[in-house]
Amino acid sequence: MPDIKFAKLVVFVNCAVPGALLAWDAYHHRLGANPQEFVLHTTGMLTLIFLTLSLTVTPVRKLLGLPWLVQVRRTLGLYGFFYGCFHLLAYTWFDKAFDVAGIVADTLKRPYIFLGMFGFLLLIPLAVTSTNAMIKRLGGQRWNRLHKLAYLAALAGVIHYYLLVKADIRLPVGFGIALVLLLGYRIANKYFPAWTQKKPARAAAPKPEVG
Amino acid sequence: MLIKNSDGIKSSDITDENLYWNRRNFLRAAALAATTTATGLLYRKLNTPAKQQATLTPTALPTGGYALPTGEAATAFDDITNYNNFYEFSTSKEGVASRAQNFVTRPWTVEVGGLVQNPKTFDLDDLLKLAPPEDRVYRFRCVEAWSMIIPWLGFPLKSLLDAVQPLGNAKFVAFNTLFDPYRMPNQRGDVLPWPYVEGLRLDEALHPLTILATGLYGKPLLPQNGAPLRLVVPWKYGFKSIKSIVKITLTDTQPKATWNYVAPDEYGFYSNVNPQVDHPRWSQATEQRIGEWGRRDTLMFNGYADQVASLYAGMDLKANF
Repeated sequence: MPDIKFAKLVVFVNCAVPGALLAWDAYHHRLGANPQEFVLHTTGMLTLIFLTLSLTVTPVRKLLGLPWLVQVRRTLGLYGFFYGCFHLLAYTWFDKAFDVAGIVADTLKRPYIFLGMFGFLLLIPLAVTSTNAMIKRLGGQRWNRLHKLAYLAALAGVIHYYLLVKADIRLPVGFGIALVLLLGYRIANKYFPAWTQKKPARAAAPKPEVG
Repeated sequence: MLIKNSDGIKSSDITDENLYWNRRNFLRAAALAATTTATGLLYRKLNTPAKQQATLTPTALPTGGYALPTGEAATAFDDITNYNNFYEFSTSKEGVASRAQNFVTRPWTVEVGGLVQNPKTFDLDDLLKLAPPEDRVYRFRCVEAWSMIIPWLGFPLKSLLDAVQPLGNAKFVAFNTLFDPYRMPNQRGDVLPWPYVEGLRLDEALHPLTILATGLYGKPLLPQNGAPLRLVVPWKYGFKSIKSIVKITLTDTQPKATWNYVAPDEYGFYSNVNPQVDHPRWSQATEQRIGEWGRRDTLMFNGYADQVASLYAGMDLKANF
């Protein structure tokens, strides 16, 4: 059994590194010619990366038989939400100068803004119900069902990204393929668990799994 | 209580508890440091704006000088030369300067033909002798809703067209960028159909604001800005101002224009700057002026309405966007 507390610390600190470097570069005026756009794009990218990573945990732990990995999933997902908050703040501030009416109009008029907002809104209940107490209160099964929304949020995020690029669609398509593979694994796992799972090397997981 | 020590380990051999924990903590600290360094390096590799290429020392730049009559000051040279849309080199605006720095622009010829009296292939140096270079400080508005003030060096396109004498049935001017995947590495991919092409109506091409630029800030153009010769049409979105031109053709039908061809719903043939006509995906009402903090309102025809609005008198600018 790996040292889970320490593994969680490693993940927690590493997830903060991109944000810390972004802040450091901003403080030193090293974000290039268009720092507003740089912050907007970087935080958006980080949101998608961490959402995708959080969705990668379950397939990886089942494929490799590493049940303890589930312990770092919450950290990854919450960092996705955290960077998403900054992404929304950057849009609200740099693009819209806190013009609420303008943001509402933009959201209703432009599909990519709508999908971005939609994805972000979906993340809120997931973040709120991420505590141990909330998992207990909801019960594992209901919690699991609710947190399937993470796939929908990530999908909204990927389409949001795809819709806004001008011509170079490689990155959004890459995220899309990753998402399809992850979702495909979950579906395959539902019907053919014998093919998609490896028994953990050690007999029992320390805690009842949620996931 | 009896403790059996069947392994024969003497109590003096047992690692001191403090030492055990120290070693453990040391390994943990090392693991933490190693992973965060790796993450940091990965972030740096993937997402740091390329170091600005210091091609001119600040002292080499003329001081003061360049500003619009409205007081809008010229954008910093480093920003103009390190933030470029030039898909022939890279689709990343920060990545163009470094990938274009070894682009060779001599020898260079420009083939001018089509519906003209005197078709001619100009050597670039002969072409530059057609008219004296002028300082033109223009607003530059990208369709992506950012903008700059650029002190161009160039001469009116009209000087070149007068030299070849358009025929009476010429109605449009078509432009081609160089196609050379060896020198423009991103042309090996198919992110856009190559070569990049653009077009103007003849009266737009003859307008005194329309120039062929050969430099900026009093210096020859750098590759990332479209060296050695590019079009500048300040009242249109930036993508109309085609770079690294090798061919100019007078035609009687509306020529193909790359972005218009790729996505006709999004980029019109005219592509005049117009805050009232949104791009289908984003607003064009405001812009991020590079070097400024807040956003500016975008001006009709990019602020050149008094000089160019008459070209479009009676036209529905929403339909002909």
